[in-house]
Amino acid sequence: MSTRETMLAAIREAVALGAGPADVAPVPRDYARVGVLTDHDEVLELLVDRLLDYKALVTRTDRAGLPAALDEALAPVRSLVAPAGLPVELYETLRRRDRLVVVDGAPDVLTADQLDRLDAVVTGARVAIALTGTIVLDAGPDQGRRALSLVPDRHVIVLHADQVVETVPEGFARLTPTAPLTMISGPSATSDIELSRVEGVHGPRTLHVVLVSG
Amino acid sequence: MRIAVVATCLADSLFPDVLKATVGLLERLGHTVVFPRAQVCCGQMHVNTGYLKEALPVVRHHVETFEAAEFDVAVAPSGSCVGSIRHQQAMVARRGGDTALAERATALAGRTYELSELLVDVLGVTDVGAYFPHRVTYHPTCHSLRMLRVGDKPLQLLRAVGGMDLVELPAADQCCGFGGTFSLKNPDVSTAMLADKMGNVLATKAEMCSAGDASCLMHIGGGLSRLKTGVRTVHLAQILASTTEKVYA
Amino acid sequence: MTTFLGVPIRRSRDAESPIRGSETFPQAAKRAVDDTRLRRNLGRATATIRGKRQAVVDELPDWEALRDSGSAIKARVMAELPALLEQLEANVTARGGVVHWAADAEEANRIITGIVKSKEVDEVVKVKSMATQEIGLNEYLEEHGIAAVETDLAELIVQLGHDKPSHILVPAIHRGRAEVREIFLNEMTGVAVGLTDDPRELAMAARTHLRRKFLSAKVAISGTNFAIADTGTLSVVESEGNGRMCLTLPETLITVMGIEKILPTFSDLEVFMQLLPRSSTGERMNPYTSLWTGVTPGDGPQEFHLVLLDNGRTNALADEVGRAALHCIRCSACLNVCPVYERAGGHAYGSVYPGPIGAVLTPQLTGIHGHDDVNSTLPYASSLCGACFDACPVKIDIPSLLVELRGRAVDSDRGHGLPTGWDGAMKAAAWVMSDEKRFAAAQKGLAAGRLIARKGQITNLPFPMSAWTGSRNIAAPPRQTSRQWFAETHGDSEGSA
Repeated sequence: MSTRETMLAAIREAVALGAGPADVAPVPRDYARVGVLTDHDEVLELLVDRLLDYKALVTRTDRAGLPAALDEALAPVRSLVAPAGLPVELYETLRRRDRLVVVDGAPDVLTADQLDRLDAVVTGARVAIALTGTIVLDAGPDQGRRALSLVPDRHVIVLHADQVVETVPEGFARLTPTAPLTMISGPSATSDIELSRVEGVHGPRTLHVVLVSG
Repeated sequence: MRIAVVATCLADSLFPDVLKATVGLLERLGHTVVFPRAQVCCGQMHVNTGYLKEALPVVRHHVETFEAAEFDVAVAPSGSCVGSIRHQQAMVARRGGDTALAERATALAGRTYELSELLVDVLGVTDVGAYFPHRVTYHPTCHSLRMLRVGDKPLQLLRAVGGMDLVELPAADQCCGFGGTFSLKNPDVSTAMLADKMGNVLATKAEMCSAGDASCLMHIGGGLSRLKTGVRTVHLAQILASTTEKVYA
Repeated sequence: MTTFLGVPIRRSRDAESPIRGSETFPQAAKRAVDDTRLRRNLGRATATIRGKRQAVVDELPDWEALRDSGSAIKARVMAELPALLEQLEANVTARGGVVHWAADAEEANRIITGIVKSKEVDEVVKVKSMATQEIGLNEYLEEHGIAAVETDLAELIVQLGHDKPSHILVPAIHRGRAEVREIFLNEMTGVAVGLTDDPRELAMAARTHLRRKFLSAKVAISGTNFAIADTGTLSVVESEGNGRMCLTLPETLITVMGIEKILPTFSDLEVFMQLLPRSSTGERMNPYTSLWTGVTPGDGPQEFHLVLLDNGRTNALADEVGRAALHCIRCSACLNVCPVYERAGGHAYGSVYPGPIGAVLTPQLTGIHGHDDVNSTLPYASSLCGACFDACPVKIDIPSLLVELRGRAVDSDRGHGLPTGWDGAMKAAAWVMSDEKRFAAAQKGLAAGRLIARKGQITNLPFPMSAWTGSRNIAAPPRQTSRQWFAETHGDSEGSA
């Protein structure tokens, strides 16, 4: 018998000695699945509060103000990478102030070393969860493959108000589990030395969220 | 009300003042107190040391003794003994294959209370008319806090005591390090925990440290005495029983 | 004799392993309580994390409902484990992953080493993983000429310090910032001479040290926090981004998971992603969580191996009571609130799983082989104060499990060799305590204690009570017991009908 068969047989035997599927209680789901905030602006404010608490940078703007806000967020940036599927009008903004913009998308993909030499990355996002200050990327066309949002030291996320939900279950409901998902809550951090939190280790040390209303 | 006291083997043998105070308090409140003479022990020490088989006859004896007695409710001046009666006795019986005993133990546990539970929940009293002119801090004890969930019932009772200066114990919910035979099997860690508990007690500048369990008090008191701190221990029952006429501590 | 019947353990009873130390808990703890620096480091760190955890738990009005769900989901997972594992295997395979089954540490190590060797590399990057700690993977790889580079900051501190982990979440919790600086200066190449002990500077030194390795690594090894059966999705919950580096940049990814780390559906994850971060680091959400399913063309590793590890888990599973220990999600909240852990430190447990959950999990994974087995002392490494049960996000009743395991440890000794002093004492006490006449007689014997008391206190008693009087007095027995007083003052009023 292969290890697989031996292991499964042993597990079946072990399970049979205790509670089987018929013996265990149904799973209660009495936790909050939907939010309590009725005004979406309050949800946005909650998200901003949580992001700031994690030491992320946040700029709030509307659609008309987006180019200026994005340009401002990229002020310290000389070079950046962008996924191929950002809204077309954004690339023009990215290129302002003579910034070098490299677009990553098959078949033209950058190596990790090339990514490491760029100052920043600009992506969209799939969904944001206000209660925990979490932004989820699912490698969609406006986000690109996972390495893009990982290697450059500054990550700028353009997030739209209708992508923001209040609770974790509401956020998860919008996700496709089999996509490569990255949940981001603030910049890279560690609490490994005396359990005191320090922002900025291996992931992007700066997270800048441009939150677009309307 | 006719109230049976669970004297607990420890307080019965070593701390009769705790029983005297419990009886004195309940009688002062107008109740009849009975002492089922055959009682010995709830079995907690055996259970917590892993001797569950040996605990079985001890548990059976406890259940039979109190079943034979006539009373409305039973009270023990000990959170851990009530915890054992409520959460361990039936398990010991089931594990020993005696399901009938397990049911009887559960029924008995249903009318057995820790002292502060009895006073606040059953008798509905928080001001027992006590007078105790001392500076006192209160250690809530782990089993009262987390096994019985007595919450602030002991503090409700203590706040109503006349003349007393009740001071808050820092890190009150931390274990004193007794843990029954834990104190013998792991004496070094137990002592380290005791040291911190004593440090917190001493920081309050209290004259006395009180608790609802003679066993924890034996531990804390043993440490305070060894270091000649001059701070002593007093059981919750002793404070609540004391009046301007009669002092129980 | 092994305590748990049912499925035999395949692992040989090696003297020392990542889950069995070389000395008993009381022996190891005795040294730890005298270690000033350790006590200070642990006291500060656990106090900090306790406060943070409580604050973010108190924020959620539905915390108890989340715990109830988490607990129930885990119970269901155990009951349905064989089917869930097969479902996970099928889904991972369908998405381009390769699934391996490993019954014990040796088999897992062999499988992983084989994969690494086939890639012709002599260095791999690792994401912090308890499963690989448990099987001693790094040591095994090293014996086969492969360097395993730990990339989590705390694991790196432990690795560079030639040390052992002492905490599930923060393996270097026993080290203070000054010690970390010392380790980095001595062991890290190219570190600035002027490095201070500022945690930010130390973290930056680690970033620089590992950057090249991340960018050039061909093979990464990780554990997983949760595996979703109905999608084949794996996950790593982390903070620093080292996990993302390992899970994204190399060509080959090998993930090792204990068979219990499974969740039935993706929506179950919404429960655990609320329970875990708040319980472990005391954050509303950890900075990074990665989820991946098999291989995604053009994104991340193009070769993915999943190793399903038993290594004693069926042992725990076979035990109706002990099974609950497998519900553990390795948050380490129980360690942080445990007064015993805070004073004894993680190394005293002799296992990569320390603290309250370690005291129930470790002996179940290894089995207890009589009272001369050091792991038989672990279930006693607790005062049963219950703080761990209150903190556990999946409501594992650790105190009750400890009591049950104590029972098993005692039972496993029955009829084998000489009874211990405890056996004799407990048997005698049970005989005395199940009869009031025998008890009254014993109380008379106690009165002898009055003879050795001074000013009402006894300060010195022979073994085993010397363990008590070593640091505490005990009040002299009274002239009159409670029952004597009651009989004298109340006559026959004993409550008989």
